Amino acid sequence: MESKTLFDKIWDGHVVRSIEDGPDVLYIDRHYIHEVTSPQAFNGLKTRGIPVFRPGKTIATADHNIPTKDQHLQIRDQLSRTQVERLAENCSANGIELFGLNHSKNGIVHVIGPELGYTLPGMTIVCGDSHTSTHGAFGTIAFGIGTSEVEMVLATQCILQPKPKKMRITLNGNIHKGVTSKDIIMYIISEISASGATGYFVEYCGEAIRNLSMEARMTICNMSIEMGARGGLIAPDEITFNYLRKLPSIPGISNFEASLADWKKLQSDADAKFDKELVFDAGLIKPMITYGTNPGMGMAIDGSIPMSETGNGKASASFIKSLDYMGFKPGMKLLGHPIDYVFIGSCTNGRIEDFRAFAQIIKGRKKAASVTALIVPGSKKVEQQMVAEGLTEVYKNAGFEVRQPGCSSCLAMNEDKIAPGKYAVSTSNRNFEGRQGPGARTLLASPLTAAAAAITGKITDPREFINEDITLKIV
Amino acid sequence: MAKVKFDILETTCVPLPLENVDTDQIIPARFLSATSREGFGENLFRDWRYKKSGEKNTEFVLNNSKYSGKILVAGKNFGSGSSREHAVWAIFDYGFRAVVSSFFADIFMNNSLNNGLLPIVVTDDFLKKLQYLIQKEPSNKVRIDLDKQTLTIISTGDSVKFNINPYKKECLLKGLDDIDFLLSMKELITGYETNKSFVK
Repeated sequence: MESKTLFDKIWDGHVVRSIEDGPDVLYIDRHYIHEVTSPQAFNGLKTRGIPVFRPGKTIATADHNIPTKDQHLQIRDQLSRTQVERLAENCSANGIELFGLNHSKNGIVHVIGPELGYTLPGMTIVCGDSHTSTHGAFGTIAFGIGTSEVEMVLATQCILQPKPKKMRITLNGNIHKGVTSKDIIMYIISEISASGATGYFVEYCGEAIRNLSMEARMTICNMSIEMGARGGLIAPDEITFNYLRKLPSIPGISNFEASLADWKKLQSDADAKFDKELVFDAGLIKPMITYGTNPGMGMAIDGSIPMSETGNGKASASFIKSLDYMGFKPGMKLLGHPIDYVFIGSCTNGRIEDFRAFAQIIKGRKKAASVTALIVPGSKKVEQQMVAEGLTEVYKNAGFEVRQPGCSSCLAMNEDKIAPGKYAVSTSNRNFEGRQGPGARTLLASPLTAAAAAITGKITDPREFINEDITLKIV
Repeated sequence: MAKVKFDILETTCVPLPLENVDTDQIIPARFLSATSREGFGENLFRDWRYKKSGEKNTEFVLNNSKYSGKILVAGKNFGSGSSREHAVWAIFDYGFRAVVSSFFADIFMNNSLNNGLLPIVVTDDFLKKLQYLIQKEPSNKVRIDLDKQTLTIISTGDSVKFNINPYKKECLLKGLDDIDFLLSMKELITGYETNKSFVK
């Protein structure tokens, strides 16, 4: 039999039909929707006069535009309120399960999907959100789609999709103390650029990946899109199975052991061919920070901003425009640079492990007076767990207020905006111009680096705060 | 989704020679709170078109009266970032019918094709030449022939062949959309569901 990658196996198993010289008709096992990219798709169905084909396979949440304070009150912004109400109407009219605002299981779509057991190994998963790649951590083919494609899935449970090429990224060795999975993926992106994996679906392999918790793997897969990849996946293993075993329930799975036997088969064949192979040494990775306006513009926190994109040669107009926006100069060091905001949260770093990491550094210390902090759990469940583990108390004692769940300042559709010209050390995924508010200057980093900056009010190497006895727990 | 026909386009171009233009620049998130597809053109490149004070930024190309036309000639890695189809709606609503670049982000490419906005990939060298010619003489026209898959600079006669998926080409030439196609396959889809086994 022909050798196959894990990606091939899942993809080929979901092709309803291949169109000659065209895309594949791909069957979708799980469809997540939210308030911002779904209303026009439902409008499309109404115009055609057709129903949702398989409502049971779609799961909805409100996350992108919702406030993170006083969620029990009416949403003040009228357009946002309309979107959230429209989502509820569309779900109710079509029999779609909704974990909406104020639902006890509400949260960011890519946080609640896995924690509620809707994301399972071997699935095809789509959502009208580019960070759908997050779910690849469970050994799924998960990718972001546009609203027209949301409409296709609602109408037929299928989409038309050209099969991407395959890339394998191997991380040998292990990361050092103070380095997290966020730093791993930021390092890879800085090495291959924000478009280095466009056209590819990535499989992450190697010892450094195997040693990561599910939360940490989700952070890696989440940012696959930031190097242009269609998605990224990690073959499931005991860490995956233990995560799933501990879930209170898994909808649709009656016999866990039988499913487990299937999930264990989800591996690339030993001699499977990839279109591109990249190998990195995890031991070389330091805590990372971005200095520009795309996630490829990242460097080790103790490094200097390069003179151009390539490090040698002349800086392009785009590179200069980017540094001008950030208020930085080529060759500059960032350590010690004052910052104004810290944001921890988002589908990248809004899980319990991220808040534990942040707490390790702020525990027993005080937030710098000059820093405005936005502490936003990824879901109600994370929020509850923070209270149960005493983390909320740690945050409070250090001068931080914990908000209610949502996408918040990652894309600043709600009130959680960074003021113009101000610097934010952010655990989110994009440092685009204006992403966190018009004129906002985003420095992407890990929860540890964000915590160090929150305490000192400056860009700070988190390794200064890390003791020998601190290791990130694998859950 | 939209059913839009595309066959031949002959028009002047608007140059935007910046790399890595992400969908947050094309349409900032704060303008995504609509529930319809219309009207996004007004806020296309909002934070580049307008200064903080609300005045027009006269240095930005869309505010430069020298340039107009239905083709946006962009830089490498255009449309990266968020999957928001609103970015394509905004470009289309503003009046563009094609975007030329040497490299597009995947989701943006799919979204464009699903809305009748033609994304055309050319080589870096050709892109540079095209940018140069438009900036030198903004009245330079370009002709796109979808059926022949050619893009021609009228004044110089430079012509390149571009790739497009034959299925998508057919859809655009005939003004058909994917949902009609998928709906016609309902039986096949139901059959797949009945026989589906776990991935081997």
